[in-house]
Amino acid sequence: MNVAPYMSAEKFDIRSYMRLDLFPHFLCPGCGHGMALRAMMWALYENNISMDKLAVVCGIGCSGRLGAYIDSNTFHTTHGRPLAFATGLALARPDLHVVVITGDGDCLAIGGNHLIHACRRNVNMTCLMLNNEVYGMTGGQVSPTTSTDRYTTTTPGGNREPVFDACKLAEAAGAGFVGRELTMQVPTLKDLLKEAFDYNGFSFVEILSDCTEIFGRKNQLGESAEMILSQKSSSRPDSYGSAVEQPFRPNALKTGVLVAGERPEYREVNGVRQKD
Amino acid sequence: MLAVTKRENVQGNTACALGAIAAGCRFFAGYPITPSSEVAEGMARELPKVDGFFVQMEDEIASMAATIGASLGGVKSMTATSGPGFSLKQENLGYAAITETPCVIANVMRGGPSTGMPTRPGQGDVMQARWGTHGDHPIIVLTPASVSEIYSETIRAFNLSEFLRVPVVVLFDEVIGHLLETIDLTAPEPETLVERKWASGKPEDYVPYATGEDMIPAMARPGDGYRAHTTGLTHDERGFPTQVPEKAEKGVYRLLDKLDHHRELIESYETVQCEDAEVIITAFGITARAAQRAVTNLRAKGIKAGLFRPITLWPFPVEAFKKQTENAKAVIVAEMNAGQLVLEVERICAGKPEVHKVNRIDGEVINPEQLENAVKEVLS
Repeated sequence: MNVAPYMSAEKFDIRSYMRLDLFPHFLCPGCGHGMALRAMMWALYENNISMDKLAVVCGIGCSGRLGAYIDSNTFHTTHGRPLAFATGLALARPDLHVVVITGDGDCLAIGGNHLIHACRRNVNMTCLMLNNEVYGMTGGQVSPTTSTDRYTTTTPGGNREPVFDACKLAEAAGAGFVGRELTMQVPTLKDLLKEAFDYNGFSFVEILSDCTEIFGRKNQLGESAEMILSQKSSSRPDSYGSAVEQPFRPNALKTGVLVAGERPEYREVNGVRQKD
Repeated sequence: MLAVTKRENVQGNTACALGAIAAGCRFFAGYPITPSSEVAEGMARELPKVDGFFVQMEDEIASMAATIGASLGGVKSMTATSGPGFSLKQENLGYAAITETPCVIANVMRGGPSTGMPTRPGQGDVMQARWGTHGDHPIIVLTPASVSEIYSETIRAFNLSEFLRVPVVVLFDEVIGHLLETIDLTAPEPETLVERKWASGKPEDYVPYATGEDMIPAMARPGDGYRAHTTGLTHDERGFPTQVPEKAEKGVYRLLDKLDHHRELIESYETVQCEDAEVIITAFGITARAAQRAVTNLRAKGIKAGLFRPITLWPFPVEAFKKQTENAKAVIVAEMNAGQLVLEVERICAGKPEVHKVNRIDGEVINPEQLENAVKEVLS
């Protein structure tokens, strides 16, 4: 069972899904976003989703720039609004497979209202929130997911604001499918994304990414590998349940599929022609 | 054979919704706001009957975004709002302008600034409609003055928006929006309805923002195999971000020149007895109807008054206005704000003829008597 994902990796060639004429890409060395993109494209490939029928809607920030590299129908929208744009697109064109790529600032701060209502409304689409704990594109300001005491350009004395748990927020707002995964194990992330893409309704996946160049450097968190390993040690697959109990991983962030329930998809409920 | 007319007594806001559907609009995203809510209510009622889709979004920003999102999917789409909501929509209105995504926005004006007087009429969004979003951008603003014209101008708004790939604002005041008039709701002939130019030919030859002489690029419909990139960043002809000065400048100037190139198609106005008029009142919306009465009353007393009513507010019909007013002694710009359109008129006239203004910002409409007195004063 452990072998299967790697076997399919031999057939999956990410280059055939990229706009290679735009390369080299603009991500910093060590950035986790590239691995997230790889997992996303791999999952789409294994789910047999045509690039002609795919629509990728992005917001603003480092995560928002990923769309341009995908050889598909790609939309780089305004800051915090990709879910609202995607809602219109998905309602008007239910034949398209809509994927939103957003970041922690884009999705939880400026776009927070759109997130909770997208979870509540349950229009068929998948939201990938790439959480790197920082506003990277604008130079390293504090975000709603910046860990306590971390230094950023706007928290010179260390962050004192509480951290948003995006998955709990999505669940509380009614999302029918919620998951979280690290970029460390791309095949595992790919498998989670496949489930999310398959879900009929609004699916939300938080991907823990690492901003080595700006956030890591300022907080002396080491190179990319060290940052990813520290993510691993602070998280635990939800499927472990109580098998591995505290105090081994006292602040464990649960990973894997966190919520998977049946909810009526918005368009199926509201799309029927009404009688006079 | 006589055409069968479909006459109904409807409210202005409802006529806006019916006009949109007649124009082929099949998606509406809205947010409740006085005094425009009846547009959304009309769409919620009527769209499902034509297999269209209505959604009430979480806020004004989201409703503008969803409207553009649906249009990016290839469906004619619309939203409606009033001043405070229009302010919130400006962010994504700019996105529609730079990405050249067709969409129609109805703005039913109330008293401002800020929350202002929600149930009272105003005309204070003249400049917001033109310059509300940041940067140099193209936009078309149409100002109907009757319920019937709301219906026909909403249809025209869709046609212009689709043809030119530009956001179009249908701007009217609370009085017109809530006025009940019996109008002809006969559906326009299908061949008069405009569809945007879609990408055709081999996908590998498609250049998203390349244009011919008409300066209008063909749009890629998702699913058709063209796989285009759409971004609010300044982009090159391929649609990808660029900061090359020549490409950036060329791209933005084409957006602006596109409207200039099609000015004749866009501009619309009405004149009443301007030929021999000594004083010409310039007004739009409900104020123009008061002005029309004033002109009739003044003419009955032998005073040579006229009316120039811009139906296309932006771009303002400059040449037509100059021609109509060249022999007049004075122009009076009447509007329910502290003086916005008058700035454009003063710029055009540049001192000849002289420009006067009549304004009202107390939540009441400008009445004919007020205008008659203004004309008499100018002539005295």
